[in-house]
Amino acid sequence: MIATLLIRRGTPAAAPVVERFDVPFAPGQTVLDGLRYIRAQIDPTLAFRFSCINANACKECMMLIDGKVAYACTTRLHDGEMKLAPLPRKALIHDLVTEIAPPDERLIPKT
Amino acid sequence: MNQAMQLETDALIVGAGGAGMYAALEAAAGGASVILADRSLIGRGGATVMAMMTVSAAIGAQCPDHWEHHLADTLTAGHGLCDEHLSAILCEDAPIRILEMDAWKVGWAREDGHIKQAQAPGHDRPRCVYVDFLRTGPAVSKTLRSRVIDVPAIRRIGDLFIVDIAVEDGVACGATAIHMQTGEPVVIAAKAVVIATGGLTRLYRRNSASLNMGGDGYALALRAGAQLIDMEFVQFFPIGHLAPRLVGLDPIMWDPFRYKLGGVLLNGDMQEFEQRYAVDGGRNDGTYVLTRDLATYAILKEVEAGRGSPAGGAFLSFKHVPEAELRRAFGPVIDTLAKNGIDLSRQPIEVAPIAHYHMGGVKVDTRFESAVPNLFACGEAVGGANGANRLSGNAITEALVFGARAGRSAAAAAQAARQRWKPSASAAALDLLRRRRRSGSANPAALIGRLQSVMMDKVGPFRIQAALDEAVIEIDAIARTIGTDPMASGAPFDPVLIDWLDLRNMVLVARSVAVAARARLESRGSHQREDFPGLDPRWQLNQIVRLTDGRLNLTPEPHSQHARPRAEVPA
Repeated sequence: MIATLLIRRGTPAAAPVVERFDVPFAPGQTVLDGLRYIRAQIDPTLAFRFSCINANACKECMMLIDGKVAYACTTRLHDGEMKLAPLPRKALIHDLVTEIAPPDERLIPKT
Repeated sequence: MNQAMQLETDALIVGAGGAGMYAALEAAAGGASVILADRSLIGRGGATVMAMMTVSAAIGAQCPDHWEHHLADTLTAGHGLCDEHLSAILCEDAPIRILEMDAWKVGWAREDGHIKQAQAPGHDRPRCVYVDFLRTGPAVSKTLRSRVIDVPAIRRIGDLFIVDIAVEDGVACGATAIHMQTGEPVVIAAKAVVIATGGLTRLYRRNSASLNMGGDGYALALRAGAQLIDMEFVQFFPIGHLAPRLVGLDPIMWDPFRYKLGGVLLNGDMQEFEQRYAVDGGRNDGTYVLTRDLATYAILKEVEAGRGSPAGGAFLSFKHVPEAELRRAFGPVIDTLAKNGIDLSRQPIEVAPIAHYHMGGVKVDTRFESAVPNLFACGEAVGGANGANRLSGNAITEALVFGARAGRSAAAAAQAARQRWKPSASAAALDLLRRRRRSGSANPAALIGRLQSVMMDKVGPFRIQAALDEAVIEIDAIARTIGTDPMASGAPFDPVLIDWLDLRNMVLVARSVAVAARARLESRGSHQREDFPGLDPRWQLNQIVRLTDGRLNLTPEPHSQHARPRAEVPA
């Protein structure tokens, strides 16, 4: 089975581009598995946040999946296209990474 | 690259899991200003938040108990290698921390008006507290985080990746870091530094680790000049979830349900097999068939004999348990399982050993100070307290107890010290970051995968000379491939740079584990050699790893049998 991930990429400095990645998967695998596959096998520069990997404990892998806010670690891959984008109401850092730390836990406090 | 941003504090705490947050609280209580730094978000990364299980402490709520009994069980599990002074601190302070957490409303499960304590393998009586259902770690993290937030002396900084400890005249004096958002270097002047970075289980392909558990703290300590102890002892958890794919839960979640409901382990022929190994090993503890090391052995031997489950492990079955009882025991977890297509009343799941915890770590004294003055360690990053095998329930206890102790020590050290940091202490790390370049065909994320396979296949739960030799060669090959100049993409939150910096740490730590495992010619606790079965009394010694002029050195050290006065306790 192949999931085609359409990922909105870029930094605040430039207009975003959508890149397309074909990810082979076994039933039960998740969007986070797919993103980690891309980083290890196709494009090591793809940026996304995660920590606990699959336990849904750290809550860091939140992003926009097919238009809805969801965790990459609990959303299953499926055949066909899936659209991934950074959280819409958070400041973009790079690719799927947004500024989600509370303002007083940042090195450079929000001004 | 502009000039590095500079921060200053009394105590720098690296890692904001359970140990780091407790260290921050106690350092601040001791009068220190604190920077609590984490490469992830504060209180989200690391192992604590993932811990679904139990926490051991002799609070005597369920039945009479004393910390000396807890200590006796800890030492037995440690197979003769525990640093008894650290183990004693762990057990003696445990009730203080557990009751403090209770006062902070962590929500320990209760029964008949008292804190409920469960029986876990290796304990002589019910001693383990927990938060239902599988919420122990998240509840501990949340409780500590809300305390930390209330202390103005603690500055919390997430997304700050510590590259190296800054050392001046052999004394720790801060750190050099990278701000992940911008990629800019940051230097931190600190009178005391506490490593609270957790363990190294990310070195293994099958692990219950989070992303940031590649052993960063061990590498930081080594490069700062500290010593590591007992690096060969990596604990594999026998019944980590294997199949069908399960997400939204920690892969080691099955154990408490096994105690509660008597889940049955079956091989690929649907036959029970544990009893056979219990007889072979002579280690049936009566309440729980096999300890962790023996259960790991039994499952892998069944797989090796062609009697594994389809995915390469063993079946764990709860089919004999009535559905209503399953629902009562699992609570809302049963719904998460359903979302994963798992119905325990109809099908067994598959489990297999998974890298879970590291007994080894930074060698510290009873003030939790390493061989480098003003450099402290706590939590899983510390080696010695658990010897060759950790007693179940001791990990979160250790995070809380050692965190608190190290925090106090760091505050005391900071009071006595001046700021020693000067540019030369961060020069090498800043130079490293300056050398980063966009180049090379190597993909550090792929190399991490390769390293994990080498460790799993060749430095896993069962070890043999030839495979360990190959592992060292392959680890060195990966180290050569990544070179000494960081790979980078140049973008913010640079995944290439972070993977490279992780790999820099991981190869050093993986090599430490492999050479220590290769040198120990016996089987003890979690270190099992196919070519040297059985415990050899001559090996009741600790192995110390140091980094000298860029080379790892391994030296045996006599195990100190401390004469520690015993408290008078009723049996």
